[in-house]
Amino acid sequence: MTDITNAPAGPRKATSTELVAASLKRRRRKQMRLQWIGLGAISIAFLMLFILVASLVSTGWQAFTQTHLTLEVYVDPEEIPEERLPRGGFDDALAASLGQMLPGVDMSDRATARAVEGILSNGAQFELRDRVVSDPSLIGQSVTMTVPVSDPYDQLNKGLIERATPEVNRRVKDNEIAWFDTLAENGAISKPFNFGLFANADSRFPELAGLKGALVGSFWALLTCFVISFPLGIGAAIYLEEFAPKNKLSDFIEVNINNLAAVPSVVFGLLALAVFIGWFGLPRSAPFVGGLTLALMTMPTIIIATRAALKAVPPSIREAALGLGASKQQVVFQHVLPLAMPGILTGTIIGLAQALGETAPLLLIGMNAFITSAASSPFDSSTALPTQIFIWADSPERGFVSRTSAAILVLLGFLVMMNAVAIYLRQKFERKW
Amino acid sequence: MNDMRKIERDANMTDTKITARGVNVYYGDTHAIKDVNIEITDKTVTAFIGPSGCGKSTFLRCLNRMNDTIDICRVTGEIRIDDQDINHKSVDPVQLRAQVGMVFQKPNPFPKSIYDNIAYGPRIHGLAKSKVELDEIVEKSLRRGAIWDEVKDRLDEPGTGLSGGQQQRLCIARAIATEPEVLLMDEPCSALDPIATAQVEELIDELHRDYSVVIVTHSMQQAARVSQKTAFFHLGNLVEFNDTSEIFTNPTDTRTESYITGRIG
Ligand SMILES: Nc1ncnc2c1ncn2[C@@H]1O[C@H](COP(=O)(O)OP(=O)(O)OP(=O)(O)O)[C@@H](O)[C@H]1O
Ligand SMILES: [Mg+2]
Repeated sequence: MTDITNAPAGPRKATSTELVAASLKRRRRKQMRLQWIGLGAISIAFLMLFILVASLVSTGWQAFTQTHLTLEVYVDPEEIPEERLPRGGFDDALAASLGQMLPGVDMSDRATARAVEGILSNGAQFELRDRVVSDPSLIGQSVTMTVPVSDPYDQLNKGLIERATPEVNRRVKDNEIAWFDTLAENGAISKPFNFGLFANADSRFPELAGLKGALVGSFWALLTCFVISFPLGIGAAIYLEEFAPKNKLSDFIEVNINNLAAVPSVVFGLLALAVFIGWFGLPRSAPFVGGLTLALMTMPTIIIATRAALKAVPPSIREAALGLGASKQQVVFQHVLPLAMPGILTGTIIGLAQALGETAPLLLIGMNAFITSAASSPFDSSTALPTQIFIWADSPERGFVSRTSAAILVLLGFLVMMNAVAIYLRQKFERKW
Repeated sequence: MNDMRKIERDANMTDTKITARGVNVYYGDTHAIKDVNIEITDKTVTAFIGPSGCGKSTFLRCLNRMNDTIDICRVTGEIRIDDQDINHKSVDPVQLRAQVGMVFQKPNPFPKSIYDNIAYGPRIHGLAKSKVELDEIVEKSLRRGAIWDEVKDRLDEPGTGLSGGQQQRLCIARAIATEPEVLLMDEPCSALDPIATAQVEELIDELHRDYSVVIVTHSMQQAARVSQKTAFFHLGNLVEFNDTSEIFTNPTDTRTESYITGRIG
């Protein structure tokens, strides 16, 4: 570069090789800079993701186990006579059993007995009742059962309630800790995997609350969403891309579809509330209505992804088929659509993944109701995963803190799974040729 | 042998297959083809020559209405094949394209197996009654496309996995598998080596006994070798159209002369 000024024969033009060499340095530097910026951006993104997942795991992992108590219950025929089933003094039977395991505790005192009974989850007596009702021959015999302990004892066992805290600030009192320790010394306490987290529906009691209702609700909602938005979205995209005349009207429709994809989801929720529930009289809180609402949001995504995938099919393939005398419809369905399928499926799954995490519209149509049984059809009241997270995050009981994180982890797990399926499908269809 | 063929040729050069009257083509505001009149004889090879961008492909695509598929393209004038106006609304372009086959400038095999590439046309037009018949059509077409020996052992491999020249011959085989009456070829040999080119030229020579072949080519030698008639296009005009021997030995227009002697182009 400096040759230009230093050359003795006065100014001469740099040769193109020199110019290229000079610009090459500049271009390399630019490229390096770009690479570092890119690398930095990815690192920051990964760091954020790591922090998010780490914080969720650190609070949520405790919810994947649940403290249980194993005890032997004498089903006393006096307390639980067969002819009164399903009613009977099941709680008293449990209390009596606990009393035997805690020698030296005066169970004749009502208050003490109530406190001792509080070790067990409220669900324990129903579990006992269900067992006895299904097999009345158990009356008069001893039954061994493993039942969840109530939330404060679960927290204590998991170390979330510190024994060092002064007694007044502690939800589990000194004498209660002593009972628990006695039970633990006898080997009655265990901490197995919390199957209830997936097998139970929602409950007021954290130790009994599970995600089954939410999972089933999300399943029905997504199924409805898919069944409606997939064919409609692909149909609309094929029509717009391949068959519709290109004019003002189709431009107008295109602009509106793009806008629709950007409309905040809460607006769709309001629309659904007014139209589906208000006009059509569909039930509130139903996953079917949730699915309809989510379909409204997913459809623009599918339409846009499908149109992009259709556009990406090389025109030479269309020409080849048309040149052989294939009709427009044969070209689309035999050549273009199969080639566009990987892109369409990827777009659809990403759309569904978005729908799975969508909360606001479901809140508006009432899918945040407190429902203690899983929906058996898409028309039953139900929650969905994101709304369940919303409910739990709002609950005052300590046990819901870790359960909220656990539920978020479950939701993230499903999202990762769906994206993995998207990648798998894309590769599978592309590997063909 | 050669003489026999010459006589046969002359005998067949009587009836007209395609007649174009006052054809104009516009791409939006671009006037790509300007008032072209031409008569293409049955059972002959007609070569379109001319500098790049002069409208050879455009005019060729008028003959099977492929220009219909381009939104901004507008064709006026009259084109008749066997006395049927192909732009008449009673004519279905799908049927027309089964009758008028086309090989494109760039090889464009389907991303399907070699077998399915060839079998696609016969299948959609219902040309084969059985699997055996379809197998026969596929083999015959591949043989005529001078590619059978290279692909006979891998008919179920993707057509897109072939070399460029093989792909082009596959496309030729695909086009003749539907037994068209007219075969349009847009620079079919631009991706081929001399041996494959010779094979394709042989094929063209053979085809024209049954079909009309219209071929666009940039090679004067090729035009001279394979065609009986040559049309010279320049800037959208059909400058000269005559027997090939006349065009190359005795051009009437100075532009034609400049082009074939290599002064414009
Ligand atoms: N799809 C299109 N849209 C707009 N203009 C086009 C289109 N196709 C061709 N043209 C224009 O029409 C004119 C003729 O093009 P055409 O492809 O027929 O040329 P050609 O003679 O086949 O050239 P080549 O020998 O390079 O293939 C050119 O000016 C070109 O720019
Ligand atoms: Mg061309």
